[in-house]
Amino acid sequence: MLSRLKRDLTMAEAARGPGGARVDLLLVADMVAPGARVLDVGCGDGELLRLLGENRGVDGRGIELSREGVNECVAKGLAVIQGDADTDLADYPDDTFDYVILSQTLQATHRPRVVLEHMLRIGRHAIVSFPNFGHWKIRLQVALGGHMPQTDNLPYAWWDSPNIHFCTIKDFRGLCDVAGAKMERAVALNAWGTPLRFNAPWWFWNLFGEQAVFLLSRRG
Amino acid sequence: MADVGTAPDLAARAREADTPRDCLVARFGSDRPLRLDAGVELSPFQIAYKTYGTLNAERSNAVLICHALTGDQHVANVHPVTGKPGWWETMVGPGRPIDTERYFVVCPNVVGACMGSTGPASTDPATGEPWGLDFPVITIRDMVRAQAMLLDELKIDTLFAVAGGSMGGMQVLQWAASFPERVFAALPIACATRHSAQNIAFHEVGRQAVMADPEWRKGRYLVEGANPRKGLAVARMGAHITYLSDAALHRKFGRKFQDRDNPTFTFDADFQVESYLRHQGISFVERFDANSYLYLTRAMDYFDLAADHNGVVANAFAGAQTRFCVVSFTSDWLFPTSESRAIVHALNASGARVSFAEIVTDKGHDAFLLDEPELFAIVRGFLDGAAKARGLKNGR
Repeated sequence: MLSRLKRDLTMAEAARGPGGARVDLLLVADMVAPGARVLDVGCGDGELLRLLGENRGVDGRGIELSREGVNECVAKGLAVIQGDADTDLADYPDDTFDYVILSQTLQATHRPRVVLEHMLRIGRHAIVSFPNFGHWKIRLQVALGGHMPQTDNLPYAWWDSPNIHFCTIKDFRGLCDVAGAKMERAVALNAWGTPLRFNAPWWFWNLFGEQAVFLLSRRG
Repeated sequence: MADVGTAPDLAARAREADTPRDCLVARFGSDRPLRLDAGVELSPFQIAYKTYGTLNAERSNAVLICHALTGDQHVANVHPVTGKPGWWETMVGPGRPIDTERYFVVCPNVVGACMGSTGPASTDPATGEPWGLDFPVITIRDMVRAQAMLLDELKIDTLFAVAGGSMGGMQVLQWAASFPERVFAALPIACATRHSAQNIAFHEVGRQAVMADPEWRKGRYLVEGANPRKGLAVARMGAHITYLSDAALHRKFGRKFQDRDNPTFTFDADFQVESYLRHQGISFVERFDANSYLYLTRAMDYFDLAADHNGVVANAFAGAQTRFCVVSFTSDWLFPTSESRAIVHALNASGARVSFAEIVTDKGHDAFLLDEPELFAIVRGFLDGAAKARGLKNGR
């Protein structure tokens, strides 16, 4: 069961903070207002939902594709359903949640734009974290190595990777434009899980950020 | 098939229906009639029930267990008629997922059944004879209404949880729809918001088997000293197949012969699976009333939450504060996962707090009654989380 879970968590080996929680999850949690209603899309084993519940008194729900992940979450007392981000977000009415979170899952969806649009429809805010495909290590592997990149965080060979829609930070900003998302906050983390300088230019983030977290809202 | 059940059995049946053993009975006089969906009132009537554990001072730890079609109130004690363990002893009891050290468990026999709640085998006070087919047709909503009256009687305002599988799950959903303010947490297992055409069809075959038995006597068998045991046994055999799965039957029996090495070239029970089904049929008629079987299958057939709410299931749960945990089983083809998913969609659409788990098993619909560790973990986790939110202490 655990090995299967790990497979679904692309960031299973990610850097961890003082409490043992993943740094990227702590960062996401930090963007959520206390007591908010939250939907975590692709919630894995429920670590973020647990964190949000314990630290921020959040009313959290989750959707998870893997049956093992769901059953583990429900057994922990979390409100999680088995479902697919690509198809099941359509079932939720508008403005059901304060935040809809997509943590390290965007790159595994079939239609990232549709998913993001649904997130912005059913939540007042969307929080998206993803591995940055523009990171210099990845660029080097493609440019000089001449092969699809494999890193500690993205360990899959191209033929069995669940990740089918990689993007760079720059690409994601483009998606925000077409999906009608307003960027409220953005943070990029380096390989050690430390946030990059806030006032650094986008090209710097795009090159040195290993992952990024965006807080979005509906434009207009 | 061996002959079982004679006139004395029928007397015992009538006794059990009016004055059941090993349980409590709440009696509702003519001042408190049960208003039925059929448009008539049932009065007087009674509900037989069992309780386990202790109600806390705040009266906030009550868990209602709703039984399935052929279940009864004896959820966690030795059955007074069959001598077998309670039907959900693996789930309900001290230290079990529905922990009677922590929760006050109430399990009523549904109205229309035959173990002490008013049903077709009970005595009609107007005639002094068993109701038979004069008993009004009842619905899942009627069962729930009667249970709500029982809880009023027990002075339990809000249930901590309602749990049940199959027909019990239908009652759970009906509880959440009819009395949302009285249900803190709901656990509908292996059920649906409506009975499918295929399921109605199976029920109709069962009913026709009962009614085709000349001993049924147009439903008057109790008065006339007859017993349609063959018809009811065939109904049970057919239904039992739908509770299992192809894989489970194959695993258990395969094509193995029963007490012989070669086929007899007769219509004896050559195969183990035949012998098993015959046994299921025979043991069922010893404890169940044929007319009750007609009435309860009918109640399930009529169940359709959407029809009661302008065609939209989500309306049934609009504004629900209840937290739900929906569970289905991969090999259940009577109430397949797609039905549970429809419940989840409706609950999501109404903004309810819902968990949904599908459990991998080859045991079919009956899995909810069997030893399924993952089911136990899920029920325990869900109730623990809900108890925390409800402010229930650990233990009493």
